[in-house]
Amino acid sequence: MSGNSTAYSIVEPSRASKRIAGTIVVLYAVLTLIPLVWIVLTSIKSPQDSISYPPKVIPWVHFEPTIEGFCNLFTTRSRQTPDYLATLPPPSGACEVQARAKNMVIVSESKYIPRFLNSVIIAFGSTALAVFLGTLAAYGFSRFRVPLKDDLLFFILSTRMMPPIAVAIPIYLMYRELGLQDTRLGMILLYTSVNVSLAVWLLKGFIDEIPREYEEAAMIDGYTRLQAFRKVVLPQAATGIAATAIFCMIFAWNEYAFAVLLTSGDAQTAPPFIPIIIGEGGQDWPAVAAGTTLFLIPILVFTVLLRKHLLRGITFGAVRK
Amino acid sequence: MNAPANPATLINRAARATPPGLAGKVRGLSDKAIAWLFISPTIVLLLAINIFPLIWTIQLSFTSYRANRPNAPLRDVGLAHYNDILTNPDIWAAMQVTARFVIATIIIQTVLGFVLAWLIDRKFRGSGFWTTVILLPMMLSPAVVGNFWTFLYQPQIGLFNYMVAFVSGIPPSSFQMLGDVRLSPWAIVLVDSWMWTPYVMLICLAGLRSIPDYIYEAAEVDRASKWRQFWTITLPMAMPFIMLAVLFRGIENFKMFDMVNLLTGGGPGSTTEVASITLKREAFEKWRTGYSSAFAIILFVTVFGLANIYVRALNKVKAR
Repeated sequence: MSGNSTAYSIVEPSRASKRIAGTIVVLYAVLTLIPLVWIVLTSIKSPQDSISYPPKVIPWVHFEPTIEGFCNLFTTRSRQTPDYLATLPPPSGACEVQARAKNMVIVSESKYIPRFLNSVIIAFGSTALAVFLGTLAAYGFSRFRVPLKDDLLFFILSTRMMPPIAVAIPIYLMYRELGLQDTRLGMILLYTSVNVSLAVWLLKGFIDEIPREYEEAAMIDGYTRLQAFRKVVLPQAATGIAATAIFCMIFAWNEYAFAVLLTSGDAQTAPPFIPIIIGEGGQDWPAVAAGTTLFLIPILVFTVLLRKHLLRGITFGAVRK
Repeated sequence: MNAPANPATLINRAARATPPGLAGKVRGLSDKAIAWLFISPTIVLLLAINIFPLIWTIQLSFTSYRANRPNAPLRDVGLAHYNDILTNPDIWAAMQVTARFVIATIIIQTVLGFVLAWLIDRKFRGSGFWTTVILLPMMLSPAVVGNFWTFLYQPQIGLFNYMVAFVSGIPPSSFQMLGDVRLSPWAIVLVDSWMWTPYVMLICLAGLRSIPDYIYEAAEVDRASKWRQFWTITLPMAMPFIMLAVLFRGIENFKMFDMVNLLTGGGPGSTTEVASITLKREAFEKWRTGYSSAFAIILFVTVFGLANIYVRALNKVKAR
């Protein structure tokens, strides 16, 4: 018997098996990143380069990077005769130069920025509301004896099992009656109702982990229940609340089914808009890629911030590390 | 010295002497009032935006209502819609497409996700960083990213076809992932698995990390082979986690709409027409609101029923 080996080293994977595991995982990770890298690369290509065969991969080597995709994303242009273009003052701004080189003039700004802003407003509004309601309800469920508690919690979760299209039918009719159709307020309320179930479940888990003794001590020191909630529980739950908020934000940011069915203009968010960005002669892939890149960046940042809480968030708090 | 204490400290002293529950009552709202004050706004919101519409859907499902003709006279059709749906071969075809999609994605994602988690659990150098990289796709918008996959899948110019051609040697324009009846379901399964394998991986990883080392140590002492350890310790102990991942993926993919809508829109023909796409066509293109309401209720009952049966099985595994 190898008496001198420690208990730890028996179960520690061998160095060779670690190396093999590492290689396979890195290979998978690289493969999985290719579509994302391709989005970013396409956004800095010209439309011709984006559809060339074989594909052009390395910037400055295979193709010359250009801001044309971003210009096309932010503007609408129209084709003009060279005679007319000659009468215009010299182009100002990089996008104007791009357009003139193709015998075009910039007509107006595109709808991308308003759609992006709608996404921001609706995501922030619904997140704030869902987290506010969710924190209160989670505290209530965590600390008090509520009749039918388990049934209520299950009811809150079950609202998430409905297919969005099924929910959208009556919501469509209801919003038509109430004048909430294609309004930001309507979308904020709808996303809040979807997110609040996640918020309650996640936050209940976080608040359950804060020892009751903290509040009880505070209450013995003369705090009321509400004061103890505000001054003891909320600061303790701050990380959990932040993580929950980011999860709600990501849902609202990414949501497509409700947005495509219930909004068409004023309140349309970016996800239903990006697929319908069209250029001359079909889909303008660099512009789509540019819009996609800008849309994905906030989520990539959030994912890195969230990585410690990801597991909890995606399982409604069912699995905790 | 014997000045009367100010009333606030008096109350505080009284409160300190009483148990917390009672103290709350002395100075402010009772616990019960606070509990209801805190919980009811959420319940009211869910009643207004989830339950009221659900009841309305049930009611509409018995009528001939059409949302594009709100003033047309309303006919009460009883259970006719339910009868139509359950005997309609197109609906059954859509349900089969959905079932095949759910089963294929669950098998692929569970196997791949578990293997990845099992490898990552070896804690090689940089495993934390690469885990975060692997997780990126699942955080992104399925619609926006799915839309970009239509570009990757283009027959001549798409990167996917190019890479397949590069590896296998078949011409890149010889196959159409989205246009071919046989390939298009797999095109969707592939994108879904690309996005959601990390999800299963993350939950499985938590399961593997929850197994305490001393169990493996005991097995080593008993000279159990690695193979045996895997089948008698690793897999059974990770099983509740795997089943949880399958539950979440099952529900999500049963509801699948955005990715399919953008990749194929249900085509070619109706080979990828999952239930949600059929529902959207009936409700928002043909405007058969009553009929689609009945279909929505059937879908909801199905997912709810299946989830319930499954949760019971899950609890049994957990209890073992």
